[in-house]
This record gives sequence, C-alpha cells and structure tokens, in this order.
Amino acid sequence: MADTAAHNEAHAEPNYLAVFGWLFVLTVVEVGIIYLPIPQLMIAAGLVLLASVKAALVAIYFMHLKFEKVVIWWIAIIPAILCVFLILMLIPELA
Amino acid sequence: MSEAATLHREPAETPLTPESWGKLGMWIFLCGDAMTFGTLIVTFGIMRIAAADWPVPAEVLGINLTAFMTFLLICSSVTMVLALSGIKRGNMQEFRKFMLLTILGGAFFLACQAYEWTHLIHQGVTISANKFGSPVFGDTFYIMTGFHGMHVFGGVVYLIVMLVGGLTGRITQANASVVEIAGLYWHFVDLVWILIFTFVYLL
Repeated sequence: MADTAAHNEAHAEPNYLAVFGWLFVLTVVEVGIIYLPIPQLMIAAGLVLLASVKAALVAIYFMHLKFEKVVIWWIAIIPAILCVFLILMLIPELA
Repeated sequence: MSEAATLHREPAETPLTPESWGKLGMWIFLCGDAMTFGTLIVTFGIMRIAAADWPVPAEVLGINLTAFMTFLLICSSVTMVLALSGIKRGNMQEFRKFMLLTILGGAFFLACQAYEWTHLIHQGVTISANKFGSPVFGDTFYIMTGFHGMHVFGGVVYLIVMLVGGLTGRITQANASVVEIAGLYWHFVDLVWILIFTFVYLL
C-alpha cells in the first residue's frame, strides 16, 4: 500500500532525516565494533556489511536511485561488480 | 518503405532514453570515478594483507577526528538534499541557506583533513616512510585520502558555482536539475568517504 502511494506521488521525497539518523547510528556502531573483544574476522565482516549498508543508503535515498530507471541502476552497480572481479583476480597474488 | 520515411522517423523512446541527459552523463562519470576509487581500495587491501608489519590503523590514525569528519560529510549530504528540495519548490532562500551549509561542511572537512595530515607527518608517517611499520601504509593512506580530498575540493568549488548561480538568478526552479546533478557528485564523494573511513581507518 505504501508502495503504491509512493508511486502515485512521483516527486514524493524520502524521509531524509530518517536516512541521516540511520547513517549516524551505523557510524557509531562501526566505531564501537572495532573495540569489541571478538575475533578480528568477525569485526571485519561486520564492518564490510555496515559500510555496504551505509553506501547503499546514500545511493538509494540521497542519490535518488530509488526513483531511477533500470539503466541507472546498472551504471551504479557495474563498478561494484568490477571490484569483486578485481579482488578475485588479485587473490592468487597473495599465495 | 522509402528512404525519406526512414530518415525522418522520430527516434523511438527506449529504456536507455533518460529523463535528463545531464544526469545520465554525471552517472557515467561517477561510474568511471567509482572504478578508480575501487581499484585504489582493492589494491590497498591486497598490499595490506601481503605486508607483514602493517600497523593497527586505530593506533596510528585519529579515529575520533575522522569519525567527526564522517559526521560532517553525512550532514553536508543532508543539507544538499534539503537545498535541492528547496529549489525544486521555488524556495530560493532555503536553497541558498542549505547550499551555504553544504559548502561550509565540505570546507570544514578539508580543514580537518589538513590538520590530520600535518599531525601525521609530524608523527613520522609520510608517503615514503612510516615510523609505525610498513611504509606502504603511509603511501596508500595519502594516495587514497588525497584523491578523495581532491574530490571534496572540486565538490566545494562545484557547489560554490551552484550557489553563485542561485544568487545571480542563473539557477532557478526552472533549471533545478543542474543542482540535482551537482548533488549526485556530492553524495558520491560522501559515499566514497564512508568506504574509505571503514577500510582505511577502522578495519
């Protein structure tokens, strides 16, 4: 229902202050998590996840990806795909 | 099917036809820029794992200051969307106010970064040497934060042009889309900082 309402109002703005609140809270969690007495790998996994969520929030709400056509989504996602590819290509260098 | 008929046919609207060519252009630019940042971050990660004596970033870099810098950029992203929201509704006063706040946020970020760099150089972390361990640490640190800082500087100049356009009446509600395009660039710089803050400072 809420989805239909958002589509009807083409220029309806997202709740920017709520997005700001989430970004703020997630940043605090990120800084806090590095001091937790848990294995380094878990901290790293948590940080990557939190950073990805924050980056996605900025792209989807602030950069209005939410209201864009599929072609813009593809343009936005291509660098991320290529980065994963680059990581996979460089991992053998570590061995 | 004459030749003239094919020549004069209007190009059909395809899924590739954007609402705004300027916006599409900015997205394509940001796509390329993201690849540059992505390459820098990934190669940094690989060199870091390969290095034996990598220092713990939180012990060398000031997390409190950079967390505050993250907060600054997030705030300036919010004021950017509020400035856009203002000009879209034709409220130029709101546009000018929030645009000025966005510019100040960016300038303050740069000031913090200048302070941070000066402090680190005094502590013995430079582009070629590092008192705390692997010299690649200083190398990658200055290249990544420097490349990002240049983007913030460029962004501040870009936003000043927008604000001046608003003051002189060249940018109004009618061409508010140029502000949206400038906003895309600014949010992208914020997004990249979120990643750099996580991967360089916290991880």
